[in-house]
Amino acid sequence: MIHRILIANRGEIAVRVIRTCRRLGIETVLAASEADLDSLPARLADAVICLGGPRSPDSYLKVAAVIAAAKMGKADAIHPGYGFLSENRDLALASAAAGIIFIGPTEAQLDAVGDKLKARGHAVAAGLPVVPGGQAATLDEAQDLARSIGWPVLVKAVGGGGGRGMKLVEEPDRLVETLELAVAEAAAAFGDPRVYLERYVASGRHVEVQLLGDGHEVVHLGDRDCSIQRRYQKLVEEAPAPNLADGLRAEMHRAAVAFGRHLGYRGLGTVEFLVDCQRNSFYFLEMNARIQVEHPVTEAICGLDLVAEQIAVAEGRRLAMTQEQIRFSGHAIECRINAEDWTRDFRPSPGTVTVAEFPSGPGIRVDTHMQAGARVPPHYDSLLAKLIVHGTDRAAAIERMGKALALCRIDGVATNTAMHAGLMRAGPFLAGGVDTAYFPKFLSEGASHG
Amino acid sequence: MNLTNDDVQEILHLLDASSSNEFHLHTERFKLALRRAGDGLWAQSTEILSPPKLAGSVSEAPLAPLPAAAASTAPTLAVDSLMDVRAPLVGHFYRAPKPGAPPFVEPGSRVEETTVVAIIETMKLMNSVYAGVAGRVVEIFPENGQFVEQDAVLMRVDPEPPQ
Repeated sequence: MIHRILIANRGEIAVRVIRTCRRLGIETVLAASEADLDSLPARLADAVICLGGPRSPDSYLKVAAVIAAAKMGKADAIHPGYGFLSENRDLALASAAAGIIFIGPTEAQLDAVGDKLKARGHAVAAGLPVVPGGQAATLDEAQDLARSIGWPVLVKAVGGGGGRGMKLVEEPDRLVETLELAVAEAAAAFGDPRVYLERYVASGRHVEVQLLGDGHEVVHLGDRDCSIQRRYQKLVEEAPAPNLADGLRAEMHRAAVAFGRHLGYRGLGTVEFLVDCQRNSFYFLEMNARIQVEHPVTEAICGLDLVAEQIAVAEGRRLAMTQEQIRFSGHAIECRINAEDWTRDFRPSPGTVTVAEFPSGPGIRVDTHMQAGARVPPHYDSLLAKLIVHGTDRAAAIERMGKALALCRIDGVATNTAMHAGLMRAGPFLAGGVDTAYFPKFLSEGASHG
Repeated sequence: MNLTNDDVQEILHLLDASSSNEFHLHTERFKLALRRAGDGLWAQSTEILSPPKLAGSVSEAPLAPLPAAAASTAPTLAVDSLMDVRAPLVGHFYRAPKPGAPPFVEPGSRVEETTVVAIIETMKLMNSVYAGVAGRVVEIFPENGQFVEQDAVLMRVDPEPPQ
């Protein structure tokens, strides 16, 4: 049994984990950087331990500091959240060596999917289709590889995921420059500078399948559509994916479960697919071996608390449900409210929040670490809040989201709330099933209309 | 014990059946304000007031003040023709595309308007800083990796007369 969890993360996900821990009667210790010692999760946790300086490499990315904090806080488990060290093998190994439960997959599974190149290999072995691509040791090799893949290509961080660490290169002249910037970003964001190339599929939908495994059995908790993206950053997610042929949906669920079974997967994981709408086919992109930002839309339609399920399997319990017992109801949408000025090329907007008012009511959930006086430091990502709505069907969910957005008020920093409100009224989004090329188009058209 | 979401939902249930349009609760530990917004919805603002319970630190460096941000302290020479290159946003200033790589520019380097002279890392994004003017770099102020405020003067460039 887990009695006290060290949360090695920050922001809304730290608040989210604390909420479930309270319900389960588990104590929480927050491991926070100097910049977050006064944050909302720090106020909600039973205790706070300072990890180090504000910059992630001095705190949230420091394995030794996290382990030392867990020992100091007498935690028997570590919840890594998403990003930072959530898929870090060294943290899993060091936790085991210290006799502390790592709430996540095994070290071997992290290795199998955290390294995106190995993950491709496992996907092939499990019978899943993959996008053409690979790794290059030198810049010359990269040029050769890109030529053989065909332009444009995507540069992806081996240690990346969740949309971070991907860059599009449209022409050979830009490859070297982009590779160098990608390497720098990857080293800063993931502590791993390696990158690889993949063919860029221009028109496709990003659909992912949520898995839950206990090391013996693997079930899926349905799919999510995350095609509303800007520069590979997801902005809106929904469950289930709209307007997906039933046969294709079932095939993707089967493929994801096959991949999870191939790994003997334990924990929460997401298998990401690129759906080629024209060909009615899909490719494996990667697996995220952690809880996802967008997990609440899945919780809304299947009625499970995914953090509680994560904790249960980390304690060594078997799954409490079979695939047949998992039922889905209605439609859920999530809008990510970010501290960025969407009218000025999404310029980041750190600062201090003076007013934080959110909607409340049936079918509405807000996951946030914002309150009046909260600081939004420049050192981390720009996520302020996730607005999640659930409706009997997609149209009802969109209508509810429109009303919920109108009640969102965050002052002190720029936000993208009005952008979401516009999207909820846009014809193609209302029709459902847009591809990843849609959102940039929506932005440029919206801008030209003033 | 702090306010939980379940508490708020219970309060909302009670309020839905009432004729009140606003509800304010202020305790030592939290502040809660609810405002009826129609359609069964409420606008909610919550403030947790309890201070964090700091149990210790595993930081190698003691809680030291951060290195001072290079803000408005940039030297302002009396009258000269030098042009400032300013930070487009707050963040960490980097002189090279990646650790160990040669810097984008050194004092004396010739730059075009569109030359990338530095990177500012903000909210995990690397933002290129452009010279904005053609000329020769005279001075570079922040140290590599230093935290800078928006509009801080990063460099001064001696502009070339237009061709």
